[in-house]
Amino acid sequence: MILALPIQAAPASPLISTLLLDIGLLTLLVIVAFAIVRMRSLFAIVMLQGVYSLVAAAWFVTLDAVDVAFTEAAVGAGVSTVLMLAAMLLADRESKPIPMNRQWGPLAVVIIAGLAMLYAVPDLPAYGDANSAANSYVGTDYLAKTATEVDMPNVVTAVLASYRGYDTFGEAVVIFAAGLGVLLLLGLNGNAGHFRADVKGRRLSTATAPSGSAKHAEPDEVSGGTARNASGVPPSITQYGEGTL
Amino acid sequence: MTPDTPIRDPHVILRVIAKFLIPLIALFAFYVQFHGDYGPGGGFQAGVILAVSVILYALIFGLDEAKRAFPPALIRVGMSLGVLLYGGTGVVAWMMGGEFLNYSVLAHDAIHGQHWGILVIELGVLTTVTSVMLAIFYAFGSRQPEISDEDW
Repeated sequence: MILALPIQAAPASPLISTLLLDIGLLTLLVIVAFAIVRMRSLFAIVMLQGVYSLVAAAWFVTLDAVDVAFTEAAVGAGVSTVLMLAAMLLADRESKPIPMNRQWGPLAVVIIAGLAMLYAVPDLPAYGDANSAANSYVGTDYLAKTATEVDMPNVVTAVLASYRGYDTFGEAVVIFAAGLGVLLLLGLNGNAGHFRADVKGRRLSTATAPSGSAKHAEPDEVSGGTARNASGVPPSITQYGEGTL
Repeated sequence: MTPDTPIRDPHVILRVIAKFLIPLIALFAFYVQFHGDYGPGGGFQAGVILAVSVILYALIFGLDEAKRAFPPALIRVGMSLGVLLYGGTGVVAWMMGGEFLNYSVLAHDAIHGQHWGILVIELGVLTTVTSVMLAIFYAFGSRQPEISDEDW
């Protein structure tokens, strides 16, 4: 009993430090979230979203969810920031403030959803609860049987790839579908301002196209907007802008 | 830039550091991929990191250069190849007498079968995720000419 006492008392000090760390990180998350809401420059918002993801990843590490933290850092802070910036190239750089009389509906939705979540909080298991749903039923089975059935040190990989192979297959298909959707909408090979095109996609100029001489053989080609302007028909040019490469 | 002004690259430090970092990032992606059995990580994270290394290359050296290194045709194939690899593993397990995605039947004993199955499906996830991330980046990036630093 006497020997057991220090062991019982030992977790108290790291617990307080992790608690402080958790509170600090969560406070940072709230501050960043408010900053994102208050900002008008979309560039700054995209950057702050990256910061938000990075802080969230750090918080996941303190919760011992290393795999989730890894994904959050790679996807949230890494690739999605770049994708947002790439998407911003096609859109505005500033967001316009919305007048207050159009914000009552969203405010009501946010308050109701927030109250519903607060109402659900007491049903959540306590942190580290041994009897929570995740720590009973199949979860314990996976932990117990991975060593003999899959023989893999990282149980997360065993669960994701083997026990939950169907789910992961579904995720791969979802990612594939997302990529397919973007490709169908935008295409892989936009011309990046190398030439101007009319609404039907026909080229009006090949000013900076690298292989301009070979393209002249195409029948649809109109070698410059001047010929059309001379005939009095204004060319309806989709504004790709001139290349600055 | 007029022809008589001396060509000064304002991003020379960025380019040199990126050139040094890009192979390391790609290498780290493969570490995450093949070390996923022992530590955190796996096909999804590795795929994102590998895509990020190519995206960094595109950001520093231009989209056309990145497209020469990682051609869009390859990406179109990779997107579907990864899913095919994953689903194909399930079908092979099926044909060898197990259930769909039951890797235990893939080799002479169950644990080896599990290892083989997980290796192959993680490779499939890597291929799909890398290709899709790059496809989305190419799709958005190819719509507009690259803008100068001041325009951000």
